[in-house]
Amino acid sequence: MAKIKIVHYINQFFAGIGGEEKADIPAELHKGEIIGPGAAFAAGFGDEAEIVGTIVCGDSYFNENIDKAKAEILGWVKDMAPDLFIAGPAFNAGRYGVACGTIAAAVSEDLGIKAITGMYVENPGADMYKDKVYILETKDSAAGMRDAVKKMTAFALKYAKGEKIGASSQEGYMNNGVRVNFFEEKRGSARAVDMLIAKLNDKPFTTEFPMPDFDRVEPNPAVKDMAHATIALVTSGGIVVKGNPDHIESSSASKYGEYSLEGVTDLDENTFETAHGGYDPVYANLDADRVLPVDVLRDLEKEGVIGKLHEKFYATVGNGTAVASAKKYGAEIGSKLKADGVDAVILTST
Amino acid sequence: MVKELERAGLPVVHVCTVTPISLTVGANRIVPAIAIPHPLGNPALDKEEEKALRRRLVLKALKALETEVDGQKVFED
Repeated sequence: MAKIKIVHYINQFFAGIGGEEKADIPAELHKGEIIGPGAAFAAGFGDEAEIVGTIVCGDSYFNENIDKAKAEILGWVKDMAPDLFIAGPAFNAGRYGVACGTIAAAVSEDLGIKAITGMYVENPGADMYKDKVYILETKDSAAGMRDAVKKMTAFALKYAKGEKIGASSQEGYMNNGVRVNFFEEKRGSARAVDMLIAKLNDKPFTTEFPMPDFDRVEPNPAVKDMAHATIALVTSGGIVVKGNPDHIESSSASKYGEYSLEGVTDLDENTFETAHGGYDPVYANLDADRVLPVDVLRDLEKEGVIGKLHEKFYATVGNGTAVASAKKYGAEIGSKLKADGVDAVILTST
Repeated sequence: MVKELERAGLPVVHVCTVTPISLTVGANRIVPAIAIPHPLGNPALDKEEEKALRRRLVLKALKALETEVDGQKVFED
């Protein structure tokens, strides 16, 4: 059998081009080249498959120019006509995960070419695309590369060869909502009793019918009287007082900060900066109003468009931060703002 | 965070560049921003033009807060 042909997609970081300062590079095609994690994949494939080309794209570029980047990349993939397309793995890098999911889904849907990707379960790309392409579950950082490559390699070969793909829990991909009929060894009543006994003994068990997770919050009523409303600013873009006094981490933040805006009419490079490690900080460090629009809100306050800008703002770094942490920060900030009589919130994200 | 603020009883507008993420996360009022590293700015413009751009975005965000919504809504131009 001929070798399975594979095209690999990675971001600027894993291509060794650079970090956030290079996140805006357009898509590049490297025909016949194996780059970054591609080497580990190639080693895993042995004689069975080969990477015939690597596509590299900056994460910000992809997310800010989705249609253009997608069209260009699809054109290249179509020309190379691989048997399988692999994107990532993206671990918990949000924009990279979204890029991997978007392009893998497009390759599969538009070109009819099998595609897979890999990422951490909390990556926003996972929820967006797990029902469209096979997403292998990985750890949350590149420290899990070995494990991720091993899982993705095994799955890629099986999938490309047209072998039968089992249930998500057996194959290690994220549940895509597709049900597969099969005969269980034990009958239903016995399985239910086993599960109940495990539950009573505080032992782990896996439900066969997970309830769907619809965590939606109904929108609150609109602000009726903006001219008398107090508006608060909150950001996940990491804007902090210069020097980052609370030492908010540049990724996987373990806290949020509360900072005073009393007497502040404009954020500048001497007073505020960003602690965020997940985007190029140059622009925000020069003028943090680009992330937290204090200058404009002060003007609007003076003009009477809004009643008041709340005297405190809240910030954390939304880079690889666990959903559970973000939830906790949001709830705490929400109750503080409510207690302070704030009417509405502008939340900015980078 | 956006959902928890809403749950606390505060109307929230999420100003962000990658709106599909915002939709997945569950924001209700969404205003698309300029770019990931400078959502409310554009360093290519001169200072005054940039502030005018930011003012337009903030006014749009305020408009979103003044608009009743039934579920999720992205406030395009």
